[in-house]
Amino acid sequence: MGMTMTQKILAAHAGLKKVKAGQFIEADLDVVLGNDITTPVAIKEFDKMGAGKVFDRHKVVLVPDHFTPNKDIKAAEQCKALREFAYAQEISNYFEVGEMGIEHALLPEMGLVVAGDVIIGADSHTCTYGALGAFSTGIGSTDMAAGMARGKAWFKIPSAIKFELVGKPGKWVSGKDVILHIIGMIGVDGALYRSMEFMGPGLKNLSMDDRFAMANMAIEAGAKNGIFMVDEKTKEYMKDHKTKNKEMGKRSKVYLPDKDAEYDAVYTIDLSQIRPTVSFPHLPENTKTIDQVGDVKIDQVVIGSCTNGRMEDMKITAKILKGKKVAKGVRLIIIPGTQNVYLECVRNGYAETFIKAGAVFSTPTCGPCLGGHMGILAAGERAVATTNRNFVGRMGHVDSEVYLASPAVAAASAIAGRIAGPEEI
Amino acid sequence: MGKVYKYGENVDTDVIIPARHLNTSEPAELAKHCMEDIDAAFAEKVCSGDIIVAGRNFGCGSSREHAPIAIKAAGVRCVIAPTFARIFYRNAFNTGLPILECEEAVAGISAGDEVEVDFESGKIRDLTTGKDYQAQPFPPFIRKIIDCGGLVEYVRESL
Repeated sequence: MGMTMTQKILAAHAGLKKVKAGQFIEADLDVVLGNDITTPVAIKEFDKMGAGKVFDRHKVVLVPDHFTPNKDIKAAEQCKALREFAYAQEISNYFEVGEMGIEHALLPEMGLVVAGDVIIGADSHTCTYGALGAFSTGIGSTDMAAGMARGKAWFKIPSAIKFELVGKPGKWVSGKDVILHIIGMIGVDGALYRSMEFMGPGLKNLSMDDRFAMANMAIEAGAKNGIFMVDEKTKEYMKDHKTKNKEMGKRSKVYLPDKDAEYDAVYTIDLSQIRPTVSFPHLPENTKTIDQVGDVKIDQVVIGSCTNGRMEDMKITAKILKGKKVAKGVRLIIIPGTQNVYLECVRNGYAETFIKAGAVFSTPTCGPCLGGHMGILAAGERAVATTNRNFVGRMGHVDSEVYLASPAVAAASAIAGRIAGPEEI
Repeated sequence: MGKVYKYGENVDTDVIIPARHLNTSEPAELAKHCMEDIDAAFAEKVCSGDIIVAGRNFGCGSSREHAPIAIKAAGVRCVIAPTFARIFYRNAFNTGLPILECEEAVAGISAGDEVEVDFESGKIRDLTTGKDYQAQPFPPFIRKIIDCGGLVEYVRESL
């Protein structure tokens, strides 16, 4: 029996010709990532391990993006611990406020992750880089510490679910709608411990930003990782986003699935049939198409995050907001994923469109997505967000509600003052 | 022996330890807010040795190790569920929070029951009902990490 893309990458990084689902291996790591929430815990564990120096100062990437710019004194202390560690270890990929972005928007943009890599990150949305054909997965702080110490991590080889994509998505349908549709179909543990492998003729109709949004939310189906088959678009993206950090020795490698690779399940997803989709509280699997949402009044809209803070997300938001005003009583918060996205929005006039529409336009941060800062909800308030989780209390008060949607739906909703499809605006 | 606190499916890391408390990583501080958004009185009620029994996909969501740290620091002896979200599963072993996978125990055990667990054998005994359950055995590789005393020790030995 053949191997899946994930299995091939893990086998190669474990020095094995062949692996099978269920087998335990130790794999060499190309990148170990941490942020301001998870790294302080990892540093403590790293010190207990007695490692001294990190395995490779160019392969550890540290991004203070969650509670930054520092939201309070405790957050400032955590960032300080992270910064001091980065300096002491001479980490070449440490990104200070002002150059940092939301980690999962930043790393691909800077070319720090490429096809064929094995990446671990102490952040559950590390699975985003699967869009590039890498094996990439979230782990906790102790695993991050072990990864920094040894340059290796242990994995159980996952079995896989194959998603055969066909057709072309409609005008207002993005990768976000596709992944919300899939999570609605298989559930929040529908891919538990498995890899989600995306391929098929429909792939060419999904942009890289669509794919990042989809791989990003593989974890919301319980998956170990999501991975896309590399095509011309992937190669072009990697060509346009090469790292200047030569010390990393980055080299991409394309792993295609074997023809006889084994899958636990195969789903065919006809992209042309997918409608703009919204996840109702309090689980990403509670999906409805835009036609079924009914009259849901809202107080806040957040557009941004590691799921939807990229250039295409800003572009469609600007297109919908152009010449319009945010509904009275609604707070629209737009947060670009990186400084480059921010700058691009300023250069091409999106920033002006946002501000004239009555939106807040902020520096990159994870902030409101996890109820950190920059847009916390009060009891009884409702938000439409392009983020990835709508758990109880996720964006603030335990009695607040988060509805997950695409940037197009979120922008349209901000204008309508209720959950609305872009076709209505 | 411990008293059971029982919860439903998909208990996520945001209710185990809400992100508003993630500006610290002090176990005692995190313990004060453990399960705050699903059971506001939990941190006050829970006694050392008590047990959490919950539905499938326990610990889904974020990679925050603060979740198992908070549960352990609150005094919880172990968590029993049919399945655990994969990052929580790793984090639990890595931070020394015992977890057991056992669908039958979750179906049979009620909130408030007195339960005894033996991690060596995976035996779960409900003293209130007198019923015994057998948890899934740990894979040998995980057993090796447990036997080392957790991932920190495992790495220490291998460096």
